[in-house]
Amino acid sequence: MVKFLPLKEAVAENLYDGDSVAFEGFTHLIPTAAAHEAIRQGFRDLTLIRMTPDLIYDQMIGMGMARKIVFSYLGNPGVGLLRRVRDAIENGFPRAIEVEEHSHAGMANAYEAGAAGLPCAAFRGYRGAGLAAVNPNIKSVTCPFTGEVLAAVPAIRPDVTFIHAQKADKKGNVLVEGIIGIQKEAVLAAKRAVVTVEEVVDNFDDLHPNLTVLPSWTIAAITVVPGGSHPSYTHGYYERDNAAYLEWDEIAADRDRFQAWMRKNVIESTADDFAARVEHLRKAT
Amino acid sequence: MSDADNLGFTPNEMMTIAASRALRNDDVCFVGIGAPSAACNVARLTQAPDITLIYESGTIGTAPDVLPLSIGDGELCETAVTTVAVPEMFRYWLQGGRISIGFLGAAQLDKFGNINTTVIGDYAHPKTRLPGGGGAPEIATSSRQVYITMAQSKRGMVEKIDFFTSFGHGDGGDHRQRLGIDTAGPTLLITDLAIWKPDPVTKEFTVVSLHPGVTREEVQATCGWVVRFAEALDETPAPTELELKTLRDLQARTKAAHQGTAKGKAA
Repeated sequence: MVKFLPLKEAVAENLYDGDSVAFEGFTHLIPTAAAHEAIRQGFRDLTLIRMTPDLIYDQMIGMGMARKIVFSYLGNPGVGLLRRVRDAIENGFPRAIEVEEHSHAGMANAYEAGAAGLPCAAFRGYRGAGLAAVNPNIKSVTCPFTGEVLAAVPAIRPDVTFIHAQKADKKGNVLVEGIIGIQKEAVLAAKRAVVTVEEVVDNFDDLHPNLTVLPSWTIAAITVVPGGSHPSYTHGYYERDNAAYLEWDEIAADRDRFQAWMRKNVIESTADDFAARVEHLRKAT
Repeated sequence: MSDADNLGFTPNEMMTIAASRALRNDDVCFVGIGAPSAACNVARLTQAPDITLIYESGTIGTAPDVLPLSIGDGELCETAVTTVAVPEMFRYWLQGGRISIGFLGAAQLDKFGNINTTVIGDYAHPKTRLPGGGGAPEIATSSRQVYITMAQSKRGMVEKIDFFTSFGHGDGGDHRQRLGIDTAGPTLLITDLAIWKPDPVTKEFTVVSLHPGVTREEVQATCGWVVRFAEALDETPAPTELELKTLRDLQARTKAAHQGTAKGKAA
């Protein structure tokens, strides 16, 4: 049964030390507010799963919360590298982390297999690619009908998935619109799912029948956090803060500057601070 | 080196425009971010208005007014024919064989069109950890052809890449076929100095056209392998006024739009 909770309780009830956790969002709808709450609560030894770890995993890894990262693109989208993650991989600072690297096709298929309750995914991938040689979770299967050799990867089944979405209705059904990425598969693949939303509306009676709606019973907890995906964006609500992504490159380049930024903007902040951060990004309509 | 003062355009502008000319109206193009994105949109705004541009965030048939900073900017979704989920993007559209051109950039490239965007140095103990492959490993093998665009440098164009992120022609010759890959792979490389095509037999990239004002020596000086030149070497036609204006307007709109989201600068 879905619960409407303050973010602090939603995170505390669903995330535990040592969990495998996905904070998903493919450039759009990144659950930053939920990630910041997890940072404030100081979880340890997490396995962080995400196709496109961007700023939030740079922050969590920089704060020493992860023992492993599973990913397919380790960049600051459109800007460059993730400097805190690099420091962990290249220098073991603040702690060494284990790396499991895939392609987007590999991760997308693995999430889909997780959502489908399958043990693994088979697809045409990794042909000639070096990743197959360095990641023992990339194997192959032979099609029993054609003999074609296909790539196989184990299903992704996170202990908990966090996503951000546009809105919930009062019953706790959730609507995701725009670039929907891997949100639905990541929720259905997980044991528990927590969703932050921009707003709650009375009902979804007027929605087109083919929209992406996650039924309330697929979700453990919902929290209303306006602006909760900043500096990412929420289609229909506010635009991507491209300047913040550019600025992050400088903040994350220096260990001390990173710590100071985290203290001011995460540790000493709350979920309520997100609304003001997107005010200048809302379209003047 | 040719420059704007002498020729009226920069090497980077020539690269983007030469790359844009390779695309056709009926192409379905999977667009990599950065240099490929600019070239693909110049093509759409000039000689290939009906081209289908696809970004890996799931946007199909997109027509952005400004270049996206990331592959998932809202502009791409708002102007797309349809937006699909990421698993569908990779399963139905790319793996399904519906992409005619995969357009990629590269951090490191070898003469057989193999691309490294994963690590500099050893994988387990990298000197520099790069972002990795993202969609590229499967774009490189499931698109019917692959075009590559990058500015030349000795650091970027190397005899031996540190990691095979995306497979091109491997060791050359029929290496793709031997791995069971039935797509053509890299068929075109456009740099800031020249246009390259693979030798039909060895698959080694060979310079077929020099951009205006560029010498063979300049191409060799910025490339880490011994460069082969075609016997009949062409000169790339200089950008037309329309091409240059289209590219510069697009870049000016892009700059203005991205500045517009800077903190405190919005109205």
